[in-house]
Amino acid sequence: MTDAIATYDSAVDAPRDHHPVYDYDSGPPVDRGKFAIWLFLATEIMFFTGLIGTYLVIRTGAPSWPNPEHRLAIGVTALNTFVLIVSSWTVVRGLQAIEKDDKGGLVKWLGLSILLGSTFVGIQAYEYLELIHAGALPNQDLFWTTFYTMTGFHGLHVIVGVIWLFCIWVGAVRGTYSAHNYLRVELAGLYWHFVDLVWVLLFTLVYLM
Amino acid sequence: MSAPTTTHVKPGMGAPGTVREHHEHHELSFLRKYIFSTDHKVIGIQFLFTGLTFFVVGGLMAMAIRWQLAWPWTKMPVIGGILFPNTGEAITPEFYTMLFTMHGTLMIFFVIIPLLTGAFGNFLIPLMIGAPDMAFPRLNMFGYWAMIPAIACIVMSFMNPGGGPAAGWTAYPPLSTIETAAPGSLSAQTYWLLALTWIGVSSMMGAINYVTTIVKMRAPGMTMMRMPLVIWALFIAALLQLFALPVLTAASIMQILDRTLHTGFFTPTNLVVNQMNPEMVGAAAGGQPLLWQHLFWFYSHPAVYVMVVPAMGMASDILATHARKPLFGYKPMVYSLASIAGLGFIVWGHHMFTSGMNPALGMTFMVSTIIIALPSAIKVFNWLGTLWGARIRLTTPMLNALGFVAMFIVGGLSGIWMAATPVDIYIHDTYIIVAHFHYIVFGGSVFAIFASIYHWFPKMFGRMMNETLGKIHFVGSFIFTNCVFYMMHQLGMAGLMRRTAMPYDYETYAHLQPLNQFISISAFCLFAWQIIFVFNFFHSLWWGKRVGRNPWQGCSLEWEAPSPPGHGNFDHQIEVYRGPYEYASPEVEEDYLPQAKKLS
Repeated sequence: MTDAIATYDSAVDAPRDHHPVYDYDSGPPVDRGKFAIWLFLATEIMFFTGLIGTYLVIRTGAPSWPNPEHRLAIGVTALNTFVLIVSSWTVVRGLQAIEKDDKGGLVKWLGLSILLGSTFVGIQAYEYLELIHAGALPNQDLFWTTFYTMTGFHGLHVIVGVIWLFCIWVGAVRGTYSAHNYLRVELAGLYWHFVDLVWVLLFTLVYLM
Repeated sequence: MSAPTTTHVKPGMGAPGTVREHHEHHELSFLRKYIFSTDHKVIGIQFLFTGLTFFVVGGLMAMAIRWQLAWPWTKMPVIGGILFPNTGEAITPEFYTMLFTMHGTLMIFFVIIPLLTGAFGNFLIPLMIGAPDMAFPRLNMFGYWAMIPAIACIVMSFMNPGGGPAAGWTAYPPLSTIETAAPGSLSAQTYWLLALTWIGVSSMMGAINYVTTIVKMRAPGMTMMRMPLVIWALFIAALLQLFALPVLTAASIMQILDRTLHTGFFTPTNLVVNQMNPEMVGAAAGGQPLLWQHLFWFYSHPAVYVMVVPAMGMASDILATHARKPLFGYKPMVYSLASIAGLGFIVWGHHMFTSGMNPALGMTFMVSTIIIALPSAIKVFNWLGTLWGARIRLTTPMLNALGFVAMFIVGGLSGIWMAATPVDIYIHDTYIIVAHFHYIVFGGSVFAIFASIYHWFPKMFGRMMNETLGKIHFVGSFIFTNCVFYMMHQLGMAGLMRRTAMPYDYETYAHLQPLNQFISISAFCLFAWQIIFVFNFFHSLWWGKRVGRNPWQGCSLEWEAPSPPGHGNFDHQIEVYRGPYEYASPEVEEDYLPQAKKLS
């Protein structure tokens, strides 16, 4: 789904028409791919609103709520949060590089972002394994119910993001992108920043509050 | 299919893509052209056929429900022997519960929404704004193909051993989450939830595509305020889906987790169902069943407007075209559509007045709901204003559009009245509610869909539908619809509860059986009457009268394209000079002035 939005290619996707190229009324000065990504992110915001809203309703309605400090390894996850934030920065550096037509820079910074994103997923998987090993399963109580649902869906989004960035990286290695053609890098970046932002919110609500 | 070098416009020459000048161009294979197509018109027609097929299935379920309510526990003709070999060919209570669950689910998620936004949204948007296709044709194709897993899941849930989902189309927990709560809610309910999630994915892709296309791909001169109202309506419906649907997806996923991983989102503490406490088998508890209702209606009330807003837009277009008069009050019509949609986000609680929700909250929901009467009234009076003093052509689409307006008024008025909490507490979950929403969804949306099929059939297939058969179909449908649903108001006032397989066991309701028999006979007639439509549809598909570009003498852009339009829609650059409803213009001899006609 996300891929189809991101990889819009006028050479392939535009109806192969043998009539004069159609003109359009000037809409807002934004590429249609970027416009669609923003709409998609709006749906994602509503999706996480549903999950986070549920969490808040259940938590405020519960007679008691365990202190996350006693249940979760906050230090490790704080480090993991830092890793994810740095990966957002590296994506921005990659975009800056390709804006200046620095193809090597794009490959370097994107590769670093993929590495950091994978690290995040790895640490989260390790955290999950440790917790499950200690007997913390989603059906234990509402703390674990909401914890696994929210962080799990965020984790899936990170995995999708890493795959997406990897596809862009392969294109970058082949030299597809240049200072005149980097929209797809930007679109993947937008999604990545969104995933990052959601994590900051989740980390605050689930781990720190 | 046909020769690739047709050099002149031949409307109705079979497949899209062969009607225009077509020099040495790719002839797509049958599979690419009709199955894995990225052409918005083909995708629209795919949605049309899918939706109409499920319309028949959902309709058959309604007939079975009506059979039980008229002649409870009696031998069901024809299919009774196949379905119920063990109960003397009579319906079972479990099967009845599944019937109304699946009737609602199919009609809403597989018929009305796919027909309005999927079929007509896809077909009309690019044509009516002067674009060659959607902004993302491949995404559009995936949007249709996401329907396939949804259909697979709904069939799986239907055919599930132990019975289909039986928690109602609203799937309220704990009935829907506890496996012992309802018969046949083992894995059927999980498949049902998966089907809803897939439908959501399909609608989501469609909605992103529609909004982007409308914002970015209008022909030169086609400002937002020159768009036909049906495009405005589809635009607003797409926005509704964008912001409301993800919440249902989140809620469905949580219910799936409750059912499969035994999480505790919607399971309260110390709940005992059929001698079983979910906590005993390792489920988390402490959750809130009411939370599901809030999440569900946060989507499903806007979904009600997804089902009626496009219908309003279609009716506006069809009324103006066949009344040969500019639409009365274009801007108020746009603003009222937008405010109906906006208000639609803050009224969901009116489905929950009797749920134990805080009464103060109920009060605010009551007020916001009643305010919706205002934009709705603006629409109704503007439709009437359009008809006032018009030279009305009583064509089949016009008759159906008039039917829409008439029945929307009945359903809309009962909506205001039942939004008042004191009234609702009395009539909640009675047949009044059933009557109300069928007036909106059947009397309203379905008649608008019929009107649109009759109106745009020539553009879709290059042939007219038979007018005489169309009128016969309309008159019968209109009469029987009212016989069925008007009488349900009487049942509701007598207090008859919905979703009851055998109400006559209660002495208070026993006298209602003859009325129910009248409704059932009318319903059977209504169903049988649709055979005329089916015959007309398929007969016209092959043998209907061929038409040129503009059979109804309409002003909007789709009539500039050949019928049916080829791949890429238009054979010349479209430029727009005026609004979409310039009928009876004094500037030209004919009584209509198309949007794309340049006056010297």
